[in-house]
Amino acid sequence: MKDFLSPVLAIAWKDVLLELRTKDVVVTVLIFALLVGAIFNFVFAPTEELIGLIVPGTLWVAITFAGVLGFNRSFVLEKDKGSLDGLLLCPVSRDVIYFGKLLGLLIFMTVAEIVIVPLFAVLFNVSILDIRIPLVVLLATIGFAGVGTLFSAISVNTRSREVMLPILLLPVAVPVIIAAVESTRAILEGSSMGIGRWVQLLVAFDVIFLIVASFTFGAVLEE
Amino acid sequence: MRSWLTGERDGGYAVRMALLLAAASTMIVNLALIYFWVPTEQVMGVVQRGMYFHVPLAWVGFLAFFIVLIGSIAYLWKGAEKWDALAHSSAEVGVLFTTLMLVTGAIWAKPTWGVWWTWDPRLTTSTILWLMYVAYLMLRAYAPSPQQGARYAAVMGIVAFINVPIVYYATILWRTVHPGMVVGPAAESGSLDPTMRSALLFSTLTFTLLFAYLVSERLAIRRAFDTLVSVRYQERTA
Repeated sequence: MKDFLSPVLAIAWKDVLLELRTKDVVVTVLIFALLVGAIFNFVFAPTEELIGLIVPGTLWVAITFAGVLGFNRSFVLEKDKGSLDGLLLCPVSRDVIYFGKLLGLLIFMTVAEIVIVPLFAVLFNVSILDIRIPLVVLLATIGFAGVGTLFSAISVNTRSREVMLPILLLPVAVPVIIAAVESTRAILEGSSMGIGRWVQLLVAFDVIFLIVASFTFGAVLEE
Repeated sequence: MRSWLTGERDGGYAVRMALLLAAASTMIVNLALIYFWVPTEQVMGVVQRGMYFHVPLAWVGFLAFFIVLIGSIAYLWKGAEKWDALAHSSAEVGVLFTTLMLVTGAIWAKPTWGVWWTWDPRLTTSTILWLMYVAYLMLRAYAPSPQQGARYAAVMGIVAFINVPIVYYATILWRTVHPGMVVGPAAESGSLDPTMRSALLFSTLTFTLLFAYLVSERLAIRRAFDTLVSVRYQERTA
């Protein structure tokens, strides 16, 4: 277990260190998510009654689209400076690299979400003081970043990589988006109906795709 | 065997011609069955005959993506080019069939449900399915090299197929949250008339044969393409 965990942490730490110096991913995700929130506010011009309907959707559209931008950055740096070759030369298996990169992205996304979610609550005037909110956000982010890590390792090598990532990622992430929006809506409305099933769906998605992604990640990295 | 058109030697030519013959002859019988033999459905009328195209197209589309899954797993496992060729060909024909399935579905929906489209679980899942396999084909087109494209596509071929039941389950749950909009085709609520069932089964067989023929033809094109690439490569290095 330690043999697995310490290289994973080392790879994630490398990304965190890089992020602390450049602040690329977190700032991009944060600003973009806020922009989406602002645009949606103008598009729907929500009244008091409508807010409950549009806030969960707006929040998750913002996190999803901003996340795509952040995931794009994850492998661009590795690729452009040739550090991916260094990673591949490490005496660790490919799934260790996968979980390392995933952990890094999870940390960035979580940091961004810690700001985004309360900010949305303030801007749209809804209460998010519920212990289930962070749970849902975390579960959804794990699934989303789990597939995102796999696909950003693919899209970074393709032509027009910024376009390729959302085209691959968004349809696959549809169950996560639906589950996240619906459970957030239920929590905000103060009803607990169906939340258990959405959480089950999120957990199932996370487990299935973490396994599939860690198995197939090696094939993606080969030159 | 030699092709009668070009006179050149061609490996799978006999198989392809046999499939073409089988698909073409069953298709003629199939069309006769659909338009002359099967009785007109009472409630929906003549438009219900679209079912004999729509349902087989859906079935074959799904079969195609299952073959993509098998080809993708085998390619990542064994690394043999033929598995990638199979997955690639099957995906292309599968996207064609799913596109036709969505179009025939919309044409059937308008007179029966009154709308071209509704976001019911099956339709939503089909759309997401279609989007994922279009992404699969785009991924191949945008890949830096055919080998990398093959590996990337194999990963997508696996992820996409595994995702289909999850999307379906999610949209069913989603529908129960938003009730009152669920509509289902009337044909599926009751049991199917035996004549209709026979026609449907025959049509499914026909479209499966057509699919097999198209995939075999696509595989031949792929083989020719690979040969061309290697000949060009030899010319350049010579």
